[in-house]
Amino acid sequence: MWLAAAAATLLVAGLGLALFWIPEVEGDPAFPIFYLHVPVALTAYACFGWAAWKALRLLWTREGSYDLESYTAVHMGVIFAILTLVTGSIWAKYTWGQWWVWSSRQLVLFLVLFLFYSAYFMLRYSVEPGPRRANMAAVYALFGIVLLPVSFLAIRLAEDVIHPPPVVVTREGPQITDELMLVFVVCLAGMLALAAALYTNELAGKRLDGRLRELRESLQ
Amino acid sequence: MTYFADVVTLARKDLLLELRSRDTVPAMVLFVIAALVVFSFSVPADVEERASYGLLWIGLVFTALLGLTRAFAAEREQRVLDGLVLAPCDRSAIWLGKGIAVVAFLLLAEAVALPAFHLFFEPVGWELVAGVLLADVGLASVGALLAAMAAASRTRELLLPLLFLPLVIPVVVGGVGASLAEDPGRYLAFLGLYDAVFAILSWATFEYVVTE
Repeated sequence: MWLAAAAATLLVAGLGLALFWIPEVEGDPAFPIFYLHVPVALTAYACFGWAAWKALRLLWTREGSYDLESYTAVHMGVIFAILTLVTGSIWAKYTWGQWWVWSSRQLVLFLVLFLFYSAYFMLRYSVEPGPRRANMAAVYALFGIVLLPVSFLAIRLAEDVIHPPPVVVTREGPQITDELMLVFVVCLAGMLALAAALYTNELAGKRLDGRLRELRESLQ
Repeated sequence: MTYFADVVTLARKDLLLELRSRDTVPAMVLFVIAALVVFSFSVPADVEERASYGLLWIGLVFTALLGLTRAFAAEREQRVLDGLVLAPCDRSAIWLGKGIAVVAFLLLAEAVALPAFHLFFEPVGWELVAGVLLADVGLASVGALLAAMAAASRTRELLLPLLFLPLVIPVVVGGVGASLAEDPGRYLAFLGLYDAVFAILSWATFEYVVTE
């Protein structure tokens, strides 16, 4: 509960500051979306990292409860990845006049991650519940966190021959001043608190769901 | 030493099965040729020169996918995998044996596909061959693990492409880059890096995929 309150306070404060306190960036009226887009993207990374950590713990200790935690973290990560794609797309439309640009590394990386982690759900839904499914999902979540830097490297390499960066596209933000940094940190903290609140809430719901199912089975 | 003896036995079993049944490799060969012919009708003539390398890589990735959907078919149908897991050998040997067999199948398919590409489209240079060889290792190591996962699922053949394709995007980048760029070294090094990272990860985690 206090996490949700903290998230609401920080996000309202951060976005309010971004919109009304920070002076408008010349030539980029859509720049305030930076304070939404980048924290959302970093939060998605954090969720995927958390999922991989829980997956590693599962494989290490063979403790079944980590499975649900890893699953919930991937769930949250995918939600934030979709938000990253949406906000990034809106920003691209404002700045470059197109909804999608293959030359934006961040967007392409999130598209790959989104595809990868969507398959995670397909994997979970098509394997019988049990320790083996938990193991498989954990292995897949670990692959995801390794794929992340490898894909980033691949996207950078692809720029030379496959998706050459257009001349106009330079997302040279303004010089990061202390004020910008402060607002950015507030927004990032708010977004992380939001993810943590959603995560604990969803985890409690999923645990309750599991317990309810056990009860129902024992009654039958 | 017994570890490698196990690996050799397991790989030999797959190759022997293929030699007797001839299920997978002829299908892969026919598929890759058919794919190349379809591709030749799908690109405009003025961009064909460079685009054809990209199409070759798509063809190779999908050919690998075709082979991988059958990779654990025998184990699944006859419940051999349960027996292999119970056998007194390291479980990662199952992955390595399967990976070696998949590489062998891929090499056979490519031994036809690359000359066909040379004949139909563009010349095949050393950098393309090197890229294909490096990519085979990555495709087989990731693929053998994911095929084992998919074999345990209800949707099987449907699931494998969903798991496999996002993971092999870097292989396509490395392969296409190696065939097109002026300095293929960087891309070949990247493919080598991919192979090393994912082979170690798959080798270390395979045991968890087949056990409870």
